[in-house]
Amino acid sequence: MSEPLSQIWVYLSASPLAALTLTLAAYQVGFFLYRRAGFHPLVNPVLVAVLLIGAVLLVSGTAYPVYFDGAKFVHFLLGPATVALAIPLYRQFARVRRSALAIGVSLLAGSLTAALSALAVASLLGASRQTLASLAPKSATAPVAMGIAEPLGGLPSLTAVLVILTGILGAALGPLVLDLARIRDWRARGFAIGTAAHGIGTSRALLVNETAGAFSSLAMGLNAIATALLVPLVWRLIFG
Amino acid sequence: MIGALTLILCCQLAGELAVTASGLPVPGPVLGMILLFLLLAVRGGVGEDLGRVGDALLKNLALLFVPAGVGVVVHLGLIGREGLAITAALVVSTLLTVLVTGLVMSRLARREADGPSGPEAGAP
Repeated sequence: MSEPLSQIWVYLSASPLAALTLTLAAYQVGFFLYRRAGFHPLVNPVLVAVLLIGAVLLVSGTAYPVYFDGAKFVHFLLGPATVALAIPLYRQFARVRRSALAIGVSLLAGSLTAALSALAVASLLGASRQTLASLAPKSATAPVAMGIAEPLGGLPSLTAVLVILTGILGAALGPLVLDLARIRDWRARGFAIGTAAHGIGTSRALLVNETAGAFSSLAMGLNAIATALLVPLVWRLIFG
Repeated sequence: MIGALTLILCCQLAGELAVTASGLPVPGPVLGMILLFLLLAVRGGVGEDLGRVGDALLKNLALLFVPAGVGVVVHLGLIGREGLAITAALVVSTLLTVLVTGLVMSRLARREADGPSGPEAGAP
């Protein structure tokens, strides 16, 4: 390699520029494909970006901490974005105050089902404690779920991917389950998808029906709070 | 814009401080979110500036968890070993959650709609 070129490489690997550019570019590619696929949940832009960046790291022999050192500026924004979830939650809340009781009970039932059934199935099949902790908050939106998993001994990065897979599953197969159970009320359909499949389910619900979208968005915000309060409690009760 | 961003960061900071001081097992940003919600309820509205900043952050929420998601390449071995347990848990739990939430909500929402029409029934 000629002298100036290797100097450029040294500069790039020491500054956050390369990791940040790679992150944004990979996400753009993912979003482009997502739009081309008519916003189909299986072509998830985050999953595409993760695969692309993972491949680049493997091929270039870059260690993950080196990449993350640059990409952490994007990662940092997760905290403020979580706080900002209060804004759509507030907007929805004013609209649906009348169904408060139905919403509260459904939220509690859904949130507990999500955590307990995941823990039960995974531990029956011999998952490790670390995997269980990463799995328990999977129905909450990713930034919240990662914050819940870490103090319980989970792996935040595994949680992020499990959350995305949960969203894809819920968005792709959830409507089928609702059809089979003959649940036709748009409020109930939206709320169920938002509770189980957070933002990925909500973006799907918004495409189908406005009422379903509003209830899904509400459920996503409420379940972020419910999961943050319930999962550590459930974890302490089960694993002491 | 800077004012709205400062408000959001202040809520997060207050949440993180409360978690550190109390030892509550809840993520600091979630407490910050509850705090911002209460502030909005007191203020009685979101406001244009905060609305714009919040929407900009949330419109690109999915991008923000890419860096953490990439970390999964470090754990490919673990996923391979426990792949069956993870897959089964994800499928069963996600579909069961949709079913349970949908059933409870449709029963309760229908009862509310059919119930005695109180003074609230005609309210917007």
